[in-house]
Amino acid sequence: MKLIPKKWIPLLTTAAVFVFLFSAASMRFEGFASMYVVADLFSENAFLGITAIGMTLVILSGGIDLSVGSVIGFTSILVATLITDHQMSPVFVWSIALALGTVFGALMGALIHVYRLPAFLVTLGGLFLARGMAFYVKPEAVQIDHPVYDRLGDIAIPIGGGAELGIAPLIFLVLFMIALVVAHYTRFGRNVYAIGGDEESAVLMCLPVGRTKVCVYTINGFLSALAGITMTLYMDSGNPINATALELDAIAVVVIGGTLLTGGVGYIAGTMLGLLIYATIYQITFFASLRSSIATIAIGVLLLGFIVLQKMIHRD
Amino acid sequence: MAESELLEIRDLRKGFPGVQALAGADFRVRRGEVHALMGENGAGKSTLIKVLTGVHERDGGEVRLDGKSIHPRAPVQAEALGISTVFQEVNLIPNLTVAENIALGRQPRRFGLVDWRAVRRSARTAIERLGLSLDVNRELCSYSVATQQMIAIARAIDLDAKLLILDEPTSSLDEKEVEELFAVMDRLRNQGLGIVFVSHFLDQVYQICDRITVLRGGQHVGEYVTSELPRIELIAKMLGKEASDVESMEAATAAAHHQDAAAISNESDEQPVLQTKQYTRRGAIQPFDLTVRKGEVVGLAGLLGSGRTEIARLLFGLDSPTDGTLTVDGVERSGWTPRRAIDSGIAFCPEDRKVNGVIAELSVRENIVLAMQASRSLLRTLPMKKQLALARHYIDALQIKTPSTETAVGTLSGGNQQKVLLARWLVMNPKLIILDEPTRGIDVGAKAEIESLVASLRRDGMSVVFVSSELDEVVRACQLVVVLRDQKVVGEVSGDDLQEHRIMEMIASSHD
Repeated sequence: MKLIPKKWIPLLTTAAVFVFLFSAASMRFEGFASMYVVADLFSENAFLGITAIGMTLVILSGGIDLSVGSVIGFTSILVATLITDHQMSPVFVWSIALALGTVFGALMGALIHVYRLPAFLVTLGGLFLARGMAFYVKPEAVQIDHPVYDRLGDIAIPIGGGAELGIAPLIFLVLFMIALVVAHYTRFGRNVYAIGGDEESAVLMCLPVGRTKVCVYTINGFLSALAGITMTLYMDSGNPINATALELDAIAVVVIGGTLLTGGVGYIAGTMLGLLIYATIYQITFFASLRSSIATIAIGVLLLGFIVLQKMIHRD
Repeated sequence: MAESELLEIRDLRKGFPGVQALAGADFRVRRGEVHALMGENGAGKSTLIKVLTGVHERDGGEVRLDGKSIHPRAPVQAEALGISTVFQEVNLIPNLTVAENIALGRQPRRFGLVDWRAVRRSARTAIERLGLSLDVNRELCSYSVATQQMIAIARAIDLDAKLLILDEPTSSLDEKEVEELFAVMDRLRNQGLGIVFVSHFLDQVYQICDRITVLRGGQHVGEYVTSELPRIELIAKMLGKEASDVESMEAATAAAHHQDAAAISNESDEQPVLQTKQYTRRGAIQPFDLTVRKGEVVGLAGLLGSGRTEIARLLFGLDSPTDGTLTVDGVERSGWTPRRAIDSGIAFCPEDRKVNGVIAELSVRENIVLAMQASRSLLRTLPMKKQLALARHYIDALQIKTPSTETAVGTLSGGNQQKVLLARWLVMNPKLIILDEPTRGIDVGAKAEIESLVASLRRDGMSVVFVSSELDEVVRACQLVVVLRDQKVVGEVSGDDLQEHRIMEMIASSHD
């Protein structure tokens, strides 16, 4: 092959940006290049990573899901309230939360597909609905103090250098592996790419377009609920205001990861890199004792840079 | 040769609300032949294909594939039976690889996961079957439209297809690419596939097809061996005319035609209302010169896809030209848009009035005053009294049959809808009105009324560009007819020369 295929350019750029950021920070700040920092990158952003995986599938299929932040917030307060206030078993509560998230996603997917409604509006409705439901459950934060949470909090896999990964990043990494296989090695995953590439053609190619689209939103609903549960594991609490506007962070991570917002082009691995860039930028502002607003500005600039780059690649 | 018959359709019927799209169509395709399905607008070609591929369900009749009666209810089922379709637009996914495009939805799997090695291997086999060689790992969009079309064919026949339907496959291909496509079709024919070829390019039909079936008005006109059916007869059959006396006139009229055309252009020194010089839009219509004078009805005649509508759209500024000049009242105009056309007194009644014309939910009155209202500012609403007066005037003048001025247009018959559309533009008192297929899909009585309306507009000094696939109509309504074939103006007829058979000859004459 004489040239790098065009479709790899965004992914390679993302990788290059990450390598640059991480090595520059390592040279500048003592102690940055350590496994502690690596473990932190994953731990702090595990729930964002989980929801970004679902968002990648949604965006690959040519859609968008604005409801994920609200669903995460709803799940976190529901789980906390049921465990703390109603003394229910965590495993049972999680099952309820996952089922609700899944059904919620499926319903939005069905609306989008059956009535041919724009995903933006349907999920915007979902955003308000789920956030409202979160505050309906309980308008303030609830602590979780349960032996199961204590035991899960003790889980720590050493990754060398004395650093350890907790339960939240482990869930994320396992999901990441599964998503890689689903996206690249299943008919479902390939159909997602096809629909995002050209939905009308996908219909004429006799692909199961409706089923696949509904499935994508269903999976994203499930993953949002799972991210919400992961959040309660990480914070030992639930709060109806949790993850407000997190859907926008998730979209940013996906786009920085090289996935086209128009659908059909992108990689799960890219989303991992996007998440690492996102996390590294916040980590750098922490090391440099900068205000976190600097990180937000940097992500904004990076995002704009990436969409301009994508436009240039796909114009000719 | 009954045993080589692959597809047999008998007495196929399919109706839609208000239209009987298929009223007893027969169609037979043999193994190892390319069979052209020909017919004009509304002949039922696309309905037949849609019934065959399971998009529509038939009302009656029989479809047999390999001697077995079939009843596909969805394209997936048709595909499983061995009927595959490739459309004019390449319906593949541009950003996936060639291999994946061929395999999508039926990828070979190992342990439930897509076996990419097998995907690439079978894609290579499918491509080789067409006698092509290309890199199946490259993205589809890195290949030309022609190659993408071949890949679409490769996908279509990959699944043990017996019958391949090619719906206008050559429309976006250049000559060399058409040759390549024909080579592939030839190869598949030799492999025993039955191929249905739908195209409005007569030259191509004569080049590649073994047989031709003609449909008209949803009915079977006949099945012919291509080599035994002269072009002129084919056209006559498609248009529903008698061609028996046509050929003898051929030589005699050629000379007269030229003289006549010259006479007309010299005779009037009045400034033309609209004139084009070498006006063209690449891919839609080759450069053409057109002159429309005051009080003249100019017809655009030709088969479906010959470029009639393309000219109409260019004249109204709906599409922008790639070259050439357009002059209105002696002033050369550039950046021609519908807004400017309307300001210059040009009106346009589009071909598909449901899509581009009347607004079905609005009342007759609202539809009629729409254009006039739009030309005023938003705040200066036309007084209701004036609106009613205008609506009543045109309902009378055009004899629009409607219960009241407030009836929703959607509930009127096609002919009356057409008249409402016309009224909307007549309110504006245009200098030139472009009518694209004004009589399509309306009954005979309404057709006659539209024709006499055109005549009276002309007497009032209005100019008309009249597009129609009904030759008799064009001949009656027009003073000058511009004849088109394959996106090219092939001549003009006027005066004594203006006769149906003369137009048919011009459409039939081949490139070489």
